[in-house]
Formats: sequence, structure tokens, C-alpha cells
Amino acid sequence: MSNDVFTCDYIESYSKQQQEPAWMTDFRLKAFETAETIDMPKPDKTKITRWDFDTFDHVTNNQSAKQIALNDLPEGIKKFIDIEKEQNLLILRDNVREYVHRSEDLAKQGVIVTDLQTAIKEHADLVKQYFMTDAVSVNEHKLTALHGALVNGGAFIYVPKNVIVEEPIQTIFWQDNPAQALFNHVILVAEENSEVTYVENYLASETEAKTVMNVVSEVFAKANAKISYGSVDHFAHGTTSYINRRGLAERDAKIEWALGQMNDGDTISENVTHLLGDQSVCYAKAVSVGRGDQTQNFTANIVNHGKHTDGIILQHGVMKDKATGIFHGIGKIEHGGTKANAEQESRVLMLSKHARGDANPILLIDEDDVTAGHAASVGRVDPVQLYYLMSRGISKREAERLIIHGFLAPVVNEIPIEAVRKQLTDVIEGKVY
Amino acid sequence: MSGSTLEIKDLHVEIDGKEILKGVNLTIKGGEFHAIMGPNGTGKSTLASAIMGHPKYEVTKGQILMDGEDVLEMEVDERAKAGLFLAMQYPSEISGVTTSDFLRSSINAHREEGDEIPLMKFIKEMDDAMDYLEMDKNMSQRYLNEGFSGGEKKRNEILQLMLLKPAIGILDEIDSGLDIDALKVVSKGINKLRNENFGCLIITHYQRLLNYVKPDYVHVMMQGRVVKSGGPELVERLESEGYEWIKDELGIEDETVGK
Repeated sequence: MSNDVFTCDYIESYSKQQQEPAWMTDFRLKAFETAETIDMPKPDKTKITRWDFDTFDHVTNNQSAKQIALNDLPEGIKKFIDIEKEQNLLILRDNVREYVHRSEDLAKQGVIVTDLQTAIKEHADLVKQYFMTDAVSVNEHKLTALHGALVNGGAFIYVPKNVIVEEPIQTIFWQDNPAQALFNHVILVAEENSEVTYVENYLASETEAKTVMNVVSEVFAKANAKISYGSVDHFAHGTTSYINRRGLAERDAKIEWALGQMNDGDTISENVTHLLGDQSVCYAKAVSVGRGDQTQNFTANIVNHGKHTDGIILQHGVMKDKATGIFHGIGKIEHGGTKANAEQESRVLMLSKHARGDANPILLIDEDDVTAGHAASVGRVDPVQLYYLMSRGISKREAERLIIHGFLAPVVNEIPIEAVRKQLTDVIEGKVY
Repeated sequence: MSGSTLEIKDLHVEIDGKEILKGVNLTIKGGEFHAIMGPNGTGKSTLASAIMGHPKYEVTKGQILMDGEDVLEMEVDERAKAGLFLAMQYPSEISGVTTSDFLRSSINAHREEGDEIPLMKFIKEMDDAMDYLEMDKNMSQRYLNEGFSGGEKKRNEILQLMLLKPAIGILDEIDSGLDIDALKVVSKGINKLRNENFGCLIITHYQRLLNYVKPDYVHVMMQGRVVKSGGPELVERLESEGYEWIKDELGIEDETVGK
């Protein structure tokens, strides 16, 4: 299916088939109208005019939501889950819900863990309030507009006021059909004084089939709420991905991102957090591995609006083969953000002479009384470090392995669920060797 | 005689095109403790680095043999497996790799695949050695040498020496930057290894360390060569008279090399 197949009729009938309320159909149609007139995004230092954002199937799975037994999942999916533990867990397979569980405790406290389609019907007011309103907007560029028009899966997580969610909530977005596109939308809301840890996995079978991922996450940390957000993206080589994760933090709120950006295809990934309220805090940590001929463009951006806000960016990337990885770190302090702090560190480790890496630190400061700092580097494995490890008998290959894992550890260690942390380590292992 | 023998024959070494070693001859056997002394800039550390295979040092002439095997043909890890160990003057810091993981990988590198050291045995050996060196146990969970004080780095080098039990240990200025208490602890660690199977080459420009670790043989380096060798009595003379008398005796004006 390509873009010219999409028409207002198609979108209306898709929305109807999903039994969506009229406001959602309207939303889609308006977004579609915008998509037809607006330009593609222009990520700095990467030309995407020849990237294939057109070849994909919008719907391949016509089944309705179900509840399977976790033991019936294929091994490749099961290894991301702690089956014994009865986790708070949502699994979507080709955008259709396969499994959902939340603990009785969470249910009693009014915590919502469900797929987006269900939320649109059962929690319409909440979805309406947060879906592409204050965080990500349809009008940003063609890909956000298309996202609004074609959204076909996702999750809705809502934590009411004063509720502390002790156990993490996990989602698995599983692309099983190789041509299936995920226009996946995650909304995570943590109301005042609440706390939640959320981890998502984007998984695909290894494949060269052409398809597109257009993923948006909107994360809201209300006053004094704390959100820890972990992810592992691992789409296949034939997949062109646009990933947009955005956070809004109100007074005294904290958002911590730990992102494992492991796609094998061309990828634009941006992670933007607005520190709106005074004393709000964001740690944006990300690791990436590039291999083969893929090009990836990563942006980590924290905007300090409030006073005494603290934004810290840490991104580490490893590039091998002929892969290209561009890492933008943007710290922006708006006028009025007195005593704000914007720190960033971007480091790229190159494993081959044909790989390309670029660390691009940017500080934009419109206020006097602030602190800011940046560090950026692009380099190779240090031969003196290798020498030191090898002088203890460790082989060159193992020494390189230790150095690379060590280089990525500051982010990997932040992934909140052990099974996911281990899988991320395995994915890294698989990509690097 | 047991243990291994390290022979250095007419060794010439360059760094960045400058010749630093100009024909070093030295033989170290199991059970022997050798000290190499000399002022700064005379080639002592270059000798240590060249033996281990530091990537910046190029051997242009001469031989290094370990039990008759050509060390210069070996990769750095093969030199370690052949029984060589260098306690470095400036150990690398490796972010993200815990000291404990590094130690275990090092020990396992010396064992066959499938015969890795059992975890509990490893932890016990590591804890015992750390106790012996009066080290803070938390250090094993810290990243390798990252943020370590000078003294902690030196103890960590000796910890590795104790756990890996090489045939020949080379200690490159293990005493530099240590206060007297740390020096005593480090010396205690080295002396614990003293037996007929362990040969040791101690590089220092202070005699202080040699008050605690007694050498059997003492060599003085100047201008990239060993210019004088003797027994422990040489240490005492150097302590009381300095190096000038050797320079006078040999007609050396500037003892340094490669400047």
C-alpha cells in the first residue's frame, strides 16, 4: 500500500470498522487534510528525501482483541517477559491486543493499562484530553499529521493522583507480519504526586520487507509526579522509522528516559522534554547501535521553561560497518528559567573506518542566571585501553566487547526491568558482533 | 632452578621515531627479584612497556625470550598467557566495566574454555586478596580504575598480580605517589608472591620501596642501557651517594635519553 491509496473514504471506513466515536473520525480526517498540505520533517544533517515512508500495509490483522496464555507466545517474545511474576503487561501483535494484565491493586486504585483502541471507547474524555493536544501536534510536519490520520495501535496508561505504582508496567508492540506498519501511539499520564515505571519493547521479526513505523509517545508528569520510562526499539532492516517521544513535566515532576535505540533500518528518533514547572527534572539517556548501511538521526532535546529546572542528556552510540549515526543534543533554556541547569554529553564510538558518526551539541540560552555544559566526542576504541585489558590475557575480541558494553552501560543499567535489560544487552551483542 | 626465564638481548626500542633503548641486556629467572633503578628519563619504563607490547613502542632490534619463546612475535594477550605481567605506572580507566568483572575475565582468560573459575571461588579469592591489601570491598563494584586515587590504582595493580600469579612480574614504579602506609601494604602483597617460581623486575627511582621488597640483583639504567649491575649493596650506595658517582665513573654527562 502506498500513500496515494489513502483517501478520506479509506480513513472514514477504517475508523468505522474500528467502531470509533465520531470525534476520533473527525480528528483523523482533519489530520489527513493537514498531511496533504504540509512538508516532511527536515532533520538536521540527514537528507531523508529518498527514504521510503510510503511502502507499508496499514492493516494486516483483522482479528479482534483477545487474551492468550503467555506460555503460548513464541520464545522470541517470551524472553522479554518475566512469566512467573504476573507482570502488569500489555501485548499488541500487529496492533491488535493479544494480552493485557494489571494487578488487582492497580485496578482498585484506578490505574488504567489498556490498548489505545479500547481507551478511545472506554476513556474517551481522557484520551481526547491528551491525544495530540499539548505534547505532540498534528501540525508539526507530514509524519505527525499522517500519524494522527492513520494511528492504528498503541497504549493508554493512566495513574491517578497520589498512586504509587510499585511494579513496572510493560508493553510489547510486536510486528509479526513483515509488511505491517505500526502507527503506534502511547499516552502515559501520571497525575499529581503519583509514580510509575513504564517499559516498552518494539519488536519485529528479522526481515528485509519494506514497511514504515510511525511511533509517537506523549508523556505527562503532573505536579510532583515521577515517571521512569524505558524502551527498546528493534525494528528490522527494511523498516523506515519515525519515532517521537515527548514529555511534559509540571512543577516538581521528574521524567527519566532510558532509551535503547536498536533499529536496523533508517530511523529518525527524537526525544523532547519540556520542563514546564519550577523544579522539574529530566534525565534523558539513550544508547544506539548502528550497523550495515543504515542511517539514523537522533535528537535528545530538553527545554527548561521553569525556574530551578534540571535537564541532563546522555547519549552514547556505537557505529559499525557503513552505518551513519547523527546525534543532536539540544539544551534550551527559555527566558524566565532562572537557576535552570542544562547539561549534555554525546559520545560516539566508531568500530569501522567506513562508519560515520557525528555528535552535535547545541545550547540555546535565553536567560542569564543559569548553568549549562556540554561534552561531545566521536572516536575509536582506545588502543591503550585495549592494551591494558589484553595485558591481563584477555583476547582482543573480548577486550573490545568489554569496552563497548562498558561504553553503553550508563544507559543499559538504567532500564528498569531486568528481563528487558538482559534482552537489550543481547540485542547489543547481536548487533555489535 | 624452577619457574620461567625472561631474557632480554640487545634490545633497541623507538617511540615516535626516537630511539629510547639502545641495547638492553637482562635475564630474570624464577625466584629472582631484580630492581632497575635510575633517574627519570633513562628508559626504565620504556623497557617495561616494550616487554608487554605497548602499541606505541617499536622494537627495532634485539630479542625478548620467555623460556626460549620469541615474545616479540606474540600479541599482548599471548604474552600474558605466556606468564608475563606488567603492573602499570598509569593503568587505563575503563568506564562501565566493573573491577570485579574485569578480574574474572582476566582469570578466565588464563583458563581453558569450559573450565571458568566458579563464581564463589572467584569471590573468595578476590575478597581474600583485597583483605590482604587492605582494600575497600566496594572497589570491586566500581568501574575499573575510574575515579580511583593514585594509591587505589596501585593496589588494584597488585591485586591483579596476586590473583593472576604470573611467572614473571614487572612492576613499573609501583611506589610512585604512595604514602608510607600504602607502600607497606603494596610491599606486603609483592612479598607474599615471593617463591622459587616467581621472578620479579621492580622498576623504581626511589630506594624507599627496596627497603621493603629486597632485591637480589640491582641494575642502574642510563642513556637507554643498563650501565651498572650489582647486589643489594648497590641500593645502599645509591641511597647515600646518589647517581653522580656512576656518571663520573662512566664519563656520562647527561644520563637521559630521547630528549
